[in-house]
Amino acid sequence: MCLGIPARIVKIEGDTATVSYGSLSGRASISLVPDVRVGDYIIIHAGFGIEKLEPADAEETLRVLREIGEVR
Amino acid sequence: MFQFRDKERIGALSKALEGMVTRPMKFMEVCGTHTVSFFRFGLRSLVPDRLSLLSGPGCPVCVTPQREIRKAFHLAQQDGVILATFGDMIRVPVDSSSLEKQRAVGAHVRVVTSALEALDMARGNADKKVVFFAVGFETTAPTVAQAILHAAGERLSNFFILCAHKLIPPAMRALLDGGEVRVDGFMCPGHVSAIIGSAAYEEISARYSVPCVISGFEPLDMLETLVMLVEMAARGEARVRNQYRRVVKPQGNRVALESMGEVFDVKDAEWRGLGMIPASGLGLKDGFAGFDAENEFDLKQVDGGEEENKGCRCGDVLRGALAPEECPLFGVACTPSTPLGPCMVSSEGTCGAHYRYRTARDE
Amino acid sequence: MHELIEKVFFGAFDNAVLRRAEDSAVVEQGGTRLAFTVDSYVVSPLFFPGGDIGKLAVCGTVNDLCMVGARPQFLGVSFILEEGLSAEVLRTIAQSAGETAREAAVEIVCGDTKVVGKGAVDQAFVTTCGVGTVPSGVDISASNARPGDKIILSGSLGDHEIAILSAREGLPFSGNVASDCAPLSGAVAALLAEGTPVHALRDPTRGGLASALNEIARLSNVAMEIHESAIPVRPEVAEACEILGFDPLYLANEGKFVAFVSAEHADAALGRLRAVGCAAQAAIIGEVAGHGLPHVTLITSVGGRRIVDVAAGTQLPRIC
Repeated sequence: MCLGIPARIVKIEGDTATVSYGSLSGRASISLVPDVRVGDYIIIHAGFGIEKLEPADAEETLRVLREIGEVR
Repeated sequence: MFQFRDKERIGALSKALEGMVTRPMKFMEVCGTHTVSFFRFGLRSLVPDRLSLLSGPGCPVCVTPQREIRKAFHLAQQDGVILATFGDMIRVPVDSSSLEKQRAVGAHVRVVTSALEALDMARGNADKKVVFFAVGFETTAPTVAQAILHAAGERLSNFFILCAHKLIPPAMRALLDGGEVRVDGFMCPGHVSAIIGSAAYEEISARYSVPCVISGFEPLDMLETLVMLVEMAARGEARVRNQYRRVVKPQGNRVALESMGEVFDVKDAEWRGLGMIPASGLGLKDGFAGFDAENEFDLKQVDGGEEENKGCRCGDVLRGALAPEECPLFGVACTPSTPLGPCMVSSEGTCGAHYRYRTARDE
Repeated sequence: MHELIEKVFFGAFDNAVLRRAEDSAVVEQGGTRLAFTVDSYVVSPLFFPGGDIGKLAVCGTVNDLCMVGARPQFLGVSFILEEGLSAEVLRTIAQSAGETAREAAVEIVCGDTKVVGKGAVDQAFVTTCGVGTVPSGVDISASNARPGDKIILSGSLGDHEIAILSAREGLPFSGNVASDCAPLSGAVAALLAEGTPVHALRDPTRGGLASALNEIARLSNVAMEIHESAIPVRPEVAEACEILGFDPLYLANEGKFVAFVSAEHADAALGRLRAVGCAAQAAIIGEVAGHGLPHVTLITSVGGRRIVDVAAGTQLPRIC
């Protein structure tokens, strides 16, 4: 239950961020993720960033998946 | 994000699972978004027949009790009140009606995509009382907490919530305590876990000896999760593992948890189809009682009333005790355009997902 | 809605032509086949990126005529206006309708105007009827799709509905999405050129491609298969769907069609279509598999399979 979409922070004004989804842009509250900076990726749910998306972990997950696929 | 939809990698995982699942295995997910994702990408056709993924009570649409929705109807019918709600709730059938049908005959119902939007409505309509229908789990509750904190800071006197938030781990415990559901493991909700942390499932995993894997929502995430669950189940290992490492941390989101703690108390809550589960819901703390729709309006008069449609088996479906296809009403009297129970409303409900996204071989 | 039509309307004035439930009625008059249709337009807001109610009212009806293979010729337009509607707004809508009619080579030859009290309509409602002729040799019907037919989609899905939504307030995104609202006469003419056997044609408006395909499956009694990765969707629309929890297959379009063409002619037809502006993104998205057990199967972008059902109602933004 939780539609949450990754978006990149483009601008921060107080506790609101302007974000880019790729082609679309939007706004989200960052009051739940106060440590984010411009350029960070966040998961947005119901108008709020709820957590940062860590690109390094994303890469790692993809790498592991590649291996599972290959080994078997 | 789209790398997590890579067709080749998904094909490889699908093949891997085929070789790994040597006996029938049943896992359960407790998240409407997982239900939808699994069906929408046709993942059911990519996992072996011996592997079944049950849908548990992870969909706010399905588990919000009828009495809460009746309260929402009542509020929307009052002069000078606007009932703001997430789109998910608008078609839930209660007493042969729904918020959508109520709106068609004049009730003041507005769909919003955020609690902040409801707050804006209150700011912009000083002569109206705006009540936000606060449904959802631990992912959504902190966002509503933030809206309440803003409202308190601004001393808004026309913003209220009808609080129907629920918590996932107590529901998981209740299902396991009930003994009806025998699962080989849980696919845990990725975004609820982003808030509560992966460590939140340690106690459940240990006490009930059941593997738990926190999963993202992309097809690759879900297949990797199934691989991890199958591995643990095959080895008889009961641990918590985190597949959604790129978002979920062991300790969760401290700021979100603190917001929730500041605004809400945990209380016993009724789940549609499952009954009362102790310490499984949220209610506003005394300090924020002024924002509680229950205090502002007389809702006792609408409390109670008939529960389910005769023959509706949503409760059994939500507990994982019955597959949608086993319900006699499924696809016959109960379809997405004529839903008799909450599980068939929209695609997040188990029955709705099974119906809308069934595979050709089900025909 | 379906029940309403069945019980109340068919119950009151039933006849064979009405029952065929095509996008336009086709009636024979002295050796000529006439196509006739009527539709109402109640879009809100009146103005949206890529068009307005005036343009929509002309395109929608012109396209319904095209969908039975007719050459659209004459329109009648009726306006129901809310008291107090700005003259400027009305002028803009009328100009837009006129321009679109000229572009579509149709003449608006009759009309009506009514003004009703405040609140009786939402600013303006428009009803358009249209008539055209169906050339001989053209036999298009939703019940004509055959096993082996290739399914051609004329372009990207969802542009119109997302453009409308983005013009309304309260959406959590903004971007460059324009409605695809356009007259399809040129594209359909290109499709039908060189005697190409086109068996079925539908424009996926309300209910989207999913509903159009299911209708054809049901009326033609066929099973069909489509490929998600072949279906064009603009990045803005795809993102909007992710954010709102929508499925592009159910989004409304106002300048697209889906055609069922016999296999040997499909590639040539596609080539001609792509030379027409509004169909530049046309693609073969699937085929009709066989008779009986009408349904639509989707091969998903990740290689899975699932059924595509009819819409159960308009999609609404979800959090779950």
